[in-house]
Amino acid sequence: MTDAINLNQNGSAEVMIDVINLKKEFNGNNVLNGIDVTINKGDIMVVIGPSGSGKSTFLRCLNCMEDPTSGQIIFDGVDIADMKVDINVHRRKMGMVFQHFNLFNNKTVIENIMLAPVHLRLKDLKKDKSIGKTKAQIKAEVREEAMALLKRIGLEDKANVYPSTLSGGQKQRVAIVRALAMKPEVILFDEPTSALDPEMVGEVLDLMKSLASEGMTMIIVTHEMGFAKEVANKVLFIDEGLILESAPPAEFFGNPKNPRLKEFLSKVL
Amino acid sequence: MGNLSVKIDTFIENFITYEGYKTVLEGLQNTLIIAILGLIIGIVIGTIIATVRVIPKYKLLPRVLNSICSFYVALFRGTPIVVQLLVFYYVALPIFNDLVSGFGMRLGLTGVQVAIVVFGLNSGAYISEIMRSGILSVDSGQMEAGRAVGLSFTTTMIKIVIPQAVKNILPTLGNEFIALVKETSVVSFVGATDLYVAFNYMGSNSYEFMIPYIVMALIYIVLVLLISLGIKIMERSLRKSDRRN
Repeated sequence: MTDAINLNQNGSAEVMIDVINLKKEFNGNNVLNGIDVTINKGDIMVVIGPSGSGKSTFLRCLNCMEDPTSGQIIFDGVDIADMKVDINVHRRKMGMVFQHFNLFNNKTVIENIMLAPVHLRLKDLKKDKSIGKTKAQIKAEVREEAMALLKRIGLEDKANVYPSTLSGGQKQRVAIVRALAMKPEVILFDEPTSALDPEMVGEVLDLMKSLASEGMTMIIVTHEMGFAKEVANKVLFIDEGLILESAPPAEFFGNPKNPRLKEFLSKVL
Repeated sequence: MGNLSVKIDTFIENFITYEGYKTVLEGLQNTLIIAILGLIIGIVIGTIIATVRVIPKYKLLPRVLNSICSFYVALFRGTPIVVQLLVFYYVALPIFNDLVSGFGMRLGLTGVQVAIVVFGLNSGAYISEIMRSGILSVDSGQMEAGRAVGLSFTTTMIKIVIPQAVKNILPTLGNEFIALVKETSVVSFVGATDLYVAFNYMGSNSYEFMIPYIVMALIYIVLVLLISLGIKIMERSLRKSDRRN
């Protein structure tokens, strides 16, 4: 759906993340057994698979939330799986949304959104005085951006409450705009609707759809097959730490080839 | 009980006419200074140790630091505070002064200063374990969320995890402070004047210990009650972000 805007001058898609032979083991337990996949700019990639298949581990390896055992993750031309790179710098360009929201409990909603941008911009200011802004100006500028994001999700009246007073759907929408506040190039979603009441799933998926329509690159681990069919441009099936099938949604759901995928789809659809 | 009223009169005379209250005030002041500064030093040391102990241990440096911290905690939890005071005052300090005397320096510390340092070091060992349990009580998702927006381990620890940990451990930290206030009664071993020394002094002046010691006990109780009240107030204000207030 978004292919048209993702082509560079050469007419080929612009690579955002290149995953090469990614392996991960936990204490001798092999969770990922060599994942190879390329994510292009503007891709909406949905990852599905049975529980324990390694799909969440795969996603968490992409921003080194779990350190890969071996393999490469080339993001913006840098292998971020290399322990020597400063991972914090690269994570700023990679948002992440968690199953359990993980909003900062000791901060209000607006502080949740502002915390990282303010901290990092103040740090930049310290390094480079020529930015020529005061601390207060930076804070005001971030606050304005944060309010705009809250307005987008219709929660500007909740700016000064603590996360414990929000519903699950509201928390997850705040978590998504918290990731957006960093102006990331890609957002990773780790089962963003799995911990929600059914009636709140829709509001979160709607927000994700609107991000997709703006051309945001997204990698989404989910069980929402309907969402995958409607929004994704690429669907992966992971089982036992390997990608068993990778196809556009129409083909993936309409004409699955891998026998395990067929069996999986027959159970969940 | 005519005897008792005589004792009370003696005490009052001693306390007011012979200015015993001055010693008591000095003792009270020292007790509080040692306990409060000791607690502050302890919180700083304890937080650093607790943080070191929860760092993921893939690399060599965190493992070395972790061993050092374990040794420190074992050392200070494994010996009585009186022994620590004595060793610091009569062993460590002279050895240190011997070493630096070559450079024409000498570190002279009063009994109160020694007590502050030793109580700080000692409570640091205990607070590190309290703080560690507090840090572990904070959902690991909080750290992950901080790291995911590009904050460093230390920044996330300072801004997100430790404030929540402190809220969880505040009652236990209060206990530690109360224990500290009471334990200061041994600082006379290194010549510091605390509440105990003050009342003991008053007692020996009049050869009459009953009333001074009763009053001393009452002052300790009042101090502890006031501290408990303060902690309760702090807890309430820190609970703002919780739903159960």
